[in-house]
Amino acid sequence: MNIKLKIWRQPNAKSKGRFETYPLNDVSSEMSFLEMLDYLNNSLIKDGKEPVAFEHDCREGICGSCGMYISGRPHGPQHRTTTCELRMREFKDGQTITIEPWRAAAFPVIKDLIVDRNAFDKIMQSGGFISINAGAAQDANSILVPKKNADEAFDSASCVGCGACVAACKNSSAMLFISAKVTHLAQFPQGRIEAEIRVKNMVAKMDELGFGGCTNTRACEAECPKGISISNIAKLNREFFVAKLKD
Amino acid sequence: MSKLNSKIPDGPLADKWTNHKASLKLVNPANKGKLDIIVIGTGLGGSSSASTLGELGYNVKVFSYQDSPRRAHSVAAQGGINAAKNYKNDNDSIYRLFYDMLKGGDFRAREANVYRAAEVSNLVIDHYTALGVPFARDYGGTIDNRSFGGVQVSRTFYAKGQTGQQCLVGAYSALTRQIAKGTVTMYPRREMLDLVIIDGKARGIITRNLVTGEIERHSAHAVVLATGGYGTIYYMSTLALNSNASATWKAHKKGAFFANPSFVQIHPTSIPVLNSYQSKLTLMSESLRNDGRVWVPKKQGDTRKPNDIPEDERDYYLERRYPAFGNLVPRDVASRAAKERCDAGFGVGSTGLSVYLDFRDAIKKKGKKVIEENYGNLFDMYEKISGESPLETPMRIYPAGHYTMGGLWVDYNLMTTIPGLFAVGESNFSDHGANRLGASSLMQCSGDGYFILPYTITDYLASDIKTPRIKTDTPEFDAAEKEVSERVKKLLSINGNETPTSYHRRLGKIMWDYCGMVRNEEGLKKALVLIKELEDEFWKNVKVAGKAEELNQELEKAGRVMDFFELAKLLCTDALNRKESCGAHFREESQTETGEAKRDDDNFSYVAAWEYKGQGQEPELHKEELKFEYVKLQERNYK
Repeated sequence: MNIKLKIWRQPNAKSKGRFETYPLNDVSSEMSFLEMLDYLNNSLIKDGKEPVAFEHDCREGICGSCGMYISGRPHGPQHRTTTCELRMREFKDGQTITIEPWRAAAFPVIKDLIVDRNAFDKIMQSGGFISINAGAAQDANSILVPKKNADEAFDSASCVGCGACVAACKNSSAMLFISAKVTHLAQFPQGRIEAEIRVKNMVAKMDELGFGGCTNTRACEAECPKGISISNIAKLNREFFVAKLKD
Repeated sequence: MSKLNSKIPDGPLADKWTNHKASLKLVNPANKGKLDIIVIGTGLGGSSSASTLGELGYNVKVFSYQDSPRRAHSVAAQGGINAAKNYKNDNDSIYRLFYDMLKGGDFRAREANVYRAAEVSNLVIDHYTALGVPFARDYGGTIDNRSFGGVQVSRTFYAKGQTGQQCLVGAYSALTRQIAKGTVTMYPRREMLDLVIIDGKARGIITRNLVTGEIERHSAHAVVLATGGYGTIYYMSTLALNSNASATWKAHKKGAFFANPSFVQIHPTSIPVLNSYQSKLTLMSESLRNDGRVWVPKKQGDTRKPNDIPEDERDYYLERRYPAFGNLVPRDVASRAAKERCDAGFGVGSTGLSVYLDFRDAIKKKGKKVIEENYGNLFDMYEKISGESPLETPMRIYPAGHYTMGGLWVDYNLMTTIPGLFAVGESNFSDHGANRLGASSLMQCSGDGYFILPYTITDYLASDIKTPRIKTDTPEFDAAEKEVSERVKKLLSINGNETPTSYHRRLGKIMWDYCGMVRNEEGLKKALVLIKELEDEFWKNVKVAGKAEELNQELEKAGRVMDFFELAKLLCTDALNRKESCGAHFREESQTETGEAKRDDDNFSYVAAWEYKGQGQEPELHKEELKFEYVKLQERNYK
C-alpha cells in the first residue's frame, strides 16, 4: 500500500520543530509500524536526508521504549498495543498518518520522536521501592500473600513505563503511572510498612516535576498499552487520604 | 595455558563457596565510600550488582544505553527463574539443580561455578519476593512453581509470561533506592566505547553521550561488565534490537579473554519469519511446552489447515524421539529436531520453516480458563503479530538466535583476565556450558550480582584501599579517548552507499547459514572468507548519516556492526576449533547414529579462551581443562 506520513522533525531540544510530509510507497500490510519507519529511514538515507530518530528496543511490547502519537493517539489506533506491536494492516491504502512525540511539559523533546522520560525515574526514586538490602530477606514462603493480591500486584506491575498515560491525559498527569506502583507494592505485607510515606512522596514528586493533576477523564486507562486499570488511581487516592489524615 | 587460573577453591563441592567466602578479604565501611566502581548495564546482572554494591557503601556509577535502567533486555525474559527450594516436594535439591544445569550444558561448564549458582538461587528468590516481585501464588498464599525444559521437577518461579519484566522492575526499584540515597549515580543514554587500563588494571571507561555525542571519561577502582549477550550477531534474533557486543568486545581487545564464543543457544519457540522486512523474531516462552504439543504433519508438504489434520496423521516428533522428556527436551535438542523436520520437507506455513505448537489437548484437559491464565499475555502477543489465536489454531514456531553461553572468561571470582575487570550474567561464560536450560539465566545473573560479585569484588578492592580516586587526565585516558574519537570520525567519513543495518543483515545471514544451529568445517571456513569480504566492503562503502555531535542512531548502529564483524570471525574460529558436538554447538562431523550431538571428552573437555593478538592477527587459544570430580560424564540422554 501507499501512505503519506506527516512526521514531527526537531533536531534537538533547543531548536523549534515542524511537521514534514513524506510519501511512502509499497508498504506491506505485514510490516510492523516500526519496520515501516525503518523502511522510511532507509529511503531517507538513500536520498541523503536525515533519518527520523525514534526510540525502540525490544520490539515485542515489553521494554516501554517506543512511544509516539500516531494520528493523535498514543501508540496508535489498536487497543492495548505498544507502537512496536502495531502492524500496518491496521491502516488503509492512501491513508495519511501523523506521527508526533509525546507532548508533556515533564517530557521534553530530545530529537524528532524521542522525549526525555527521566521524570519517571525521579518519581520512582522518591519512593517506588520496598526498602530491603540484598541478603536481609527471609524465606520467600514465610510471607504469605493471598493469590488475589499477588494477581492484582502483577497487573499493576505490568506497567512498562512508556508514558502513554501522561501523553493521553489533557493535564499531563502521571497519576496512572504512580498509582500502579503504589498499588503494586501496597498489595504485599512488607510493602505496607512504607505505604504512607511512599504515596505522599511520590505524589509530591509528581507535582514538583510538572505533571498535572488527575481529573478522572480515564484517557490514561483507554490508551495504556498494558491495560493498567484506573482503579489503581482510586486505590492511590484512598492510600493518600489515609496517609494525609495521619499528618 | 598457565595464563588461566580459574581459582576454584579446594574442598568438597558443597563446601567450596562457603570456604571460599570465609577466605575472602573485607573492606571496612569507612573505606568503601572511597572506592569507586563502574557497572555497565542495568539488566538483572547490572542492576543487582549496582544496587548491592551501593547498599554495601561503595561509590557506584552505573551506565546504560537506555533512557532508564528498567528497559534493559532482561525485561523480555518470559518463562521464569529457577531455584532449588523444593516447594513442590518433588525431591528437588541444590544438587539436582546443579546436576541438571551441568548436564543441560553438556558437561562444558565448571562444576564449582554451577554448584554455586544453584546454591545461591534460593537467596535470589527470597530477595525478589521481599522486593515485591509478584510471583504466581497458590490459593493458600504460598508461591507456585512450574516445570521447564530439560528437567523432571517443578522448580521454576514465574509471573505469568512476564517473569523478566517483573524481576527487573524489582531489581530496578532496589537500584532507584540507591540512586536516591546517592550511593549510586546513574548515567543513562551512554554507550561504553572503550576500556581504560592503567598499570595493567581496569581503571575506567570511555563513553559516548548518546544525546550530545560528547566523548566522556569515567574512572573507577574496578569495572563490572553486565552487558548481556551477543545474539544480535545474527541480526534477527529474539533480542532487543540495540543489544550488542561492543562493551565485551572492547574489553576483549584490551586483554580480556573471550571464552567459548561459538556456544550460542538457538531458542526453539520463536514466532517464525513472516515477511521479508522483519526486524526481529519474537520469542514465545519455552514454558508453553509444558502444555503445548509440538507436531508436524506426517505427510510432506501437507497444505491442510492444522485443525483439519486428524490425530493419526500428526507426527508429535519430540514425544516420538524422546519419550522420557517429550516436549520438554532442552532447547538445543528441540531446535535441531524442528530443523530436521523442516529440512526433510515436513515444515508448515508458507515458507515451510515452522512447526506447530498445539494447545488443543491441554485446553480439553485443563479448560480454556486455566490455559489462558497461564499463558494469556503470550497468546495476546502471538495473536497481535500473526493475527491468529492460539486458543483456536495451533501456534507456528521456529528456532531463533537467543542466548549466548559464551562470553568473557572469568575466574571463580567473576574476574576476567584483566585485573579489576569483572563480568556478570550473560556477558561472562561461566555457568551454562554449551547450552543453557530455561529459567536459569535470570537465576544466574541475579545470583552473580546480589550474592557473588559483591563478595569477590570486595576481596579485590581490599588491596586498593590506599589508592586514591583515579584521575582521568592521564595518558591512558588520553590515548583511549583519541582512539574512540578517531573511530567515530572514520565511520562518518566513509560516506558510501549502504546503511549499517544492511551490513548487519548480511552478516547475520552468513552467521545463521554457516554458524547457526548446525555447523561443519567447510561452511565455517567459507563463512570466515565471506565475513572478511563483507567487513572490507563495510569499511569502504558504509554510509553513516548525520554528525558526531548529536543524537545519531546510525552512528550507534555502525559502531556495533563494526564490532560484530570482528566477533563473528572469532565465533567461527572457535566453532572450527571445536570439532566435537556439544550442547548447542552441533558439528555435523560429530553425531551419533541417531543424529544426536556426539561429544569428544578426550579431546575437547576444556573451555576455549581466546586471546586477542592485534588487528588482522590470529587469536591465540588458551585451554582451561574441565575436571569433573562429582559427576560422571555421560551422553546427554533425554530419551
